[in-house]
Amino acid sequence: MTSSLRFLWPWLALAMLFAGAPQIYSSGSALTMMSVMGEMIIFALSFNMLLGQTGLLSFGHAVYFGLGGFVAIHAMNALIRAKVGVPVVVIPLVGGAAGLAFGVLFGLISTRRAGLVFSMISLGLGELVSSSSFILRSFFGGEEGITTNRTKLAPFFGHKFGSQIEVYYLVAVWCFFCIAAMYALTRTPFGRMCNAVRENGERVEYVGYSAQTIRFIAFSFSAFFAGIAGGLTAVNFEIMNAQQLGAQQSGLVLLMSYIGGIGHFAGPILGAILITFLQITLSDVTNAWQLYFGLLFIGFVLFAPGGLAGWLMLHRDAALKRELWRLAPAYGMVAPALAASFAGAVMLIELAERQLALARSEGSAMRLFGFEVDAASMGPWLMGLVLFCGGVGLTWLVWPKVTGAWGSLTSA
Amino acid sequence: MGVALALIDLNKSFGLTQIIRGVSLQVAAGERHAIIGPNGAGKSTLFHLISGRLAPTSGEVRLNGERIDGLPPFEIYRRGLSRSFQITNIFPRMSVYENLRCATLWSLGHKYAFWTPLDRLRDVRERTDWLMECIGLTARRDVQAAVLTYAEQRALEIGVTIGGGANVVMLDEPTAGMNAGESEQAVALIRQVTEGKTLVMVEHDMDVVFNLADRISVLVYGRVIATDTPARIRENDEVREAYLGQASGA
Repeated sequence: MTSSLRFLWPWLALAMLFAGAPQIYSSGSALTMMSVMGEMIIFALSFNMLLGQTGLLSFGHAVYFGLGGFVAIHAMNALIRAKVGVPVVVIPLVGGAAGLAFGVLFGLISTRRAGLVFSMISLGLGELVSSSSFILRSFFGGEEGITTNRTKLAPFFGHKFGSQIEVYYLVAVWCFFCIAAMYALTRTPFGRMCNAVRENGERVEYVGYSAQTIRFIAFSFSAFFAGIAGGLTAVNFEIMNAQQLGAQQSGLVLLMSYIGGIGHFAGPILGAILITFLQITLSDVTNAWQLYFGLLFIGFVLFAPGGLAGWLMLHRDAALKRELWRLAPAYGMVAPALAASFAGAVMLIELAERQLALARSEGSAMRLFGFEVDAASMGPWLMGLVLFCGGVGLTWLVWPKVTGAWGSLTSA
Repeated sequence: MGVALALIDLNKSFGLTQIIRGVSLQVAAGERHAIIGPNGAGKSTLFHLISGRLAPTSGEVRLNGERIDGLPPFEIYRRGLSRSFQITNIFPRMSVYENLRCATLWSLGHKYAFWTPLDRLRDVRERTDWLMECIGLTARRDVQAAVLTYAEQRALEIGVTIGGGANVVMLDEPTAGMNAGESEQAVALIRQVTEGKTLVMVEHDMDVVFNLADRISVLVYGRVIATDTPARIRENDEVREAYLGQASGA
């Protein structure tokens, strides 16, 4: 009884989170953002079935997301034209089926080998599909993409999915079941052998398994869920264009998964939420938002390869030992130094962005952290430089305290 | 008793270099057979040819009468032959328990199952617990394989090898790098876990070989120069000259 409760409560909490979120963030833009988050959670988790679970780094995962979305949108248009009474709620499954079909097709080629060869083939297939999207205009719609109108599909128990809240709940339900399904997969014989392939693909063959078959099944599942995410995106935005299956989208899902943490199942969920949030909010605040993404990614690769989830798990372990307090003094010392280097870096980037990109057309006056500054004058540059260099130097000096605090913790 | 493993005129060349030169050998079911020989004699290559890591240039490998040469390793494993590695070859970032569990799944028929929850498989749990007990690592159940001691990793290597209950077990230098005490324990473990099975092992430690083996084959420059009982191998002049004399002189 208690064990089934322990098993169930995280899922109940997740379901309540999905159900309750629109009560707290009810604005139209928040609902759109949360819908995108749900789609990206599925996409990032599907990517991590390959990278985190099976040890396959794909540079072309958006292919399955995008093709799923395109097939879904064509299916919607076809259903509207034929006036077939299929509700929009099953459309993501069409995307999933398309993702699966292309996953099986391309997986047969790309999963023959692991490691670098797999990555290179995924890159090649990604380029192949994204370049063909400019040739096959009737399917991909060229520059404008393909549009649809989801409200013209058959209503589902009276819901026509015209409002964003209805779409949000559609995404939420799909997202919940996809998370559950992908989690369940990790807890099966197949899921465990995926980990074994990641750890040592050679030895797997000496306990009876074909590593290639495991890679192929993992790849097919992964493409299926990516297709569902693409189908949901098609339903949400009612438009698909070639960008959504291109290299940038493939890079984005890698970024999300890695920053969230590929070593933990929940990592990509955190990454998808954080990056989607930043992508939408940051692009309103600064033109250099993509640069920040790049820096964030490099920062995680260098300093926190376990991602957000890895970082959180470390602190959870410390909290379980009731020793979190030991870290507080060191964190207190390093926090101002980190904050200063961060503020300095932001200042320098924003000033540079202003001077290099916008000064000629819009002048060098700008707002930085709420202050009016002139990017052409020395003052703000000097201040940014001092903050950044001083902050980095101070962090470098104080950081041994943090490692020391962690050391005292593990030995205790 | 029938023949468990037969090698018939087996050859392997890498380019112009011939590593295995016409090896023929029969291992009876239930026999403990050791392959000895100086460094570079081709013992590991012979293991790779039998277990499917390499395909022979010519010749046959038969497992219980059925040809297995040129098959991929997993196909050979599924026909009942399992091997260990000279350099420990396990799943480093997985626990002792997970390592052993992976080794049981195929033979218990769970294959690529993606619909059954792993933790509910009673047969897998029981077999894994039994294996862990066998190799003496029950107390280290949740420890990552990478951080085990060397002797523990070697024990785990054997555990993974026998996990699927293969009838023909091949061990590549199971006691290499162990001290006398560890080596003794390893021999006891090998004796126990290969009870009633066919064992083929490559081993450098002559005490281990003469202690464990029913028969010994001596491999020198890719040829088997003698196959006999330990006592008669000890007496064999050619073997002494090629190998044992060299060893005692070193």
